[in-house]
Amino acid sequence: MGRLLILGAGIAGHTAAMHARHRLPAAHEVVVVSPNSQWNWIPSNIWVGTGYMKPEQVTFPLAPVYQKLGIPFHQARAVSVHPDGSPERPKPFVTVEYTSPERQGQTEQLEYDFLINATGPRLNFGATKGLGPEANSLSVCTYGHAAHTAAALKTSIERMKRGEPQTLLIGTGHGTCTCQGAAFEYLFNVEFELRRQGVRDKARLIWISNEAELGDFGMGGMFIRRGGYVTHSRVFAESLYTERGVEWITGAHVKEVGARESIYETLDGDERSVSHDFAMLLPPFTGVGLKAFDRAGTEITTDLFAPNHFMLVDADYRKKSYDEWSPADWPETYQSPKYPSIFAVGIAFAPPHPISKPMTSTKGTPIFPTPPRTGMPSGVMARQVALNIADMMTGRATAPTRKASLAHMGAACIASAGASVFNGSAVAMTVYPIVPDFKTYPDTGRELRYTTGEVGLAGHWVKHALHYAFIYKAKANPLWRAVPE
Amino acid sequence: MPLRKPFEQSYYPPLPTRWTRYWRTNIPWQFLRFLLLNVKMLRMVRKH
Repeated sequence: MGRLLILGAGIAGHTAAMHARHRLPAAHEVVVVSPNSQWNWIPSNIWVGTGYMKPEQVTFPLAPVYQKLGIPFHQARAVSVHPDGSPERPKPFVTVEYTSPERQGQTEQLEYDFLINATGPRLNFGATKGLGPEANSLSVCTYGHAAHTAAALKTSIERMKRGEPQTLLIGTGHGTCTCQGAAFEYLFNVEFELRRQGVRDKARLIWISNEAELGDFGMGGMFIRRGGYVTHSRVFAESLYTERGVEWITGAHVKEVGARESIYETLDGDERSVSHDFAMLLPPFTGVGLKAFDRAGTEITTDLFAPNHFMLVDADYRKKSYDEWSPADWPETYQSPKYPSIFAVGIAFAPPHPISKPMTSTKGTPIFPTPPRTGMPSGVMARQVALNIADMMTGRATAPTRKASLAHMGAACIASAGASVFNGSAVAMTVYPIVPDFKTYPDTGRELRYTTGEVGLAGHWVKHALHYAFIYKAKANPLWRAVPE
Repeated sequence: MPLRKPFEQSYYPPLPTRWTRYWRTNIPWQFLRFLLLNVKMLRMVRKH
């Protein structure tokens, strides 16, 4: 009998837990540790942030689902990994600290045979002065943040209804942010909501982003065939921003967020400011800050984790210039090179380098998006890792056999641009591969047959359908495996 | 307020025509697009 311990119950961790439990005989144990009691369909948080949905529509309690699946669940946060055990405990283990009200603050050591780190990101609001819901800006990263943001938006709309003009600043709150897509969705859902409420003429909407150009989305943008041309997503993004009357600031590192004004540095080294009445700015991410110790209790965190606290896996982390990057740099099995029984999936793994070309301002400040690794790719890598581990635990394999490199994986992304059954819209995109391969596809980096994009109501229907389909699946309802990642 | 101001950032991007905007919310056409989008996403799933 073996035990697979999974840290995290977000999209990656929960997907891994469900597939591993389904694949493994009952004699083997799958255990989940998560500091949160609720599962959250994060892609719909942008709708909570405009008031289109309530937090309870994007969440459900994890404990009953794990009880149904026969998965022991610990509501706790992982503190440290001990891959060699300790003198008192010879097996590898993880120290956890409980967050549930009944065991708050208690610690426990949970042994494992295999470990999946799916702890996701730490929202690093501290990276920018004044950033975050506890300071001067809003967020939609969690359903709690999004509900708070919806209340602030409502207040802002009430002011506009009283005739008071408002400036809304939406985008990224630091030069190294990721998830531009989520901020993009929030921007256009706000714009749609303002029109719906009849106050669009009172609002000035400004997008601020660390992308060098609009339409980058942290993956270097994409080329699609449209109107007899092969055109970069920048053109389509600029078209949408213009059509919806949104101003944009790109190549921006937000240095300080004030109550009514924010200061940012641009790629040309200028320091500028922008006034606002409402600011929804996403934070940069780091790993959650797990520590690691060897058998003697000596800290070995740097053996397992990169300096940004994301976990080192089977990627090529050698320092290379943009021109030297290769699809082969990207991890395939997400296995720790030092400890083969440990894996990291979703945001928790350390990417070898960005996807977008790294840029620095003339003052040397890095201003470029870090790679997105959420949603569909996150679920796919979690499933593959879970199945690989199940095969190794049952003796079907001695090493991971399934691969899930972002350089050989496609993704579908539906970016909502307005929530309404008859008048809504979304930008529906597919890309293949996620990481561009300019050797195989010299002009565009991607296969044009599979890299597509369009704006329309159908995209909104798809996003809505996916919302219900993925929540249905995550609740482990009958035939859940029929819903793909 | 005018959508485009000469020589400002919004002056240069292409804008959709009324016809393009109409088809974006035309229900029968969008229903077909909905089916097609599902096929496209399934193609992505099959490529994993």
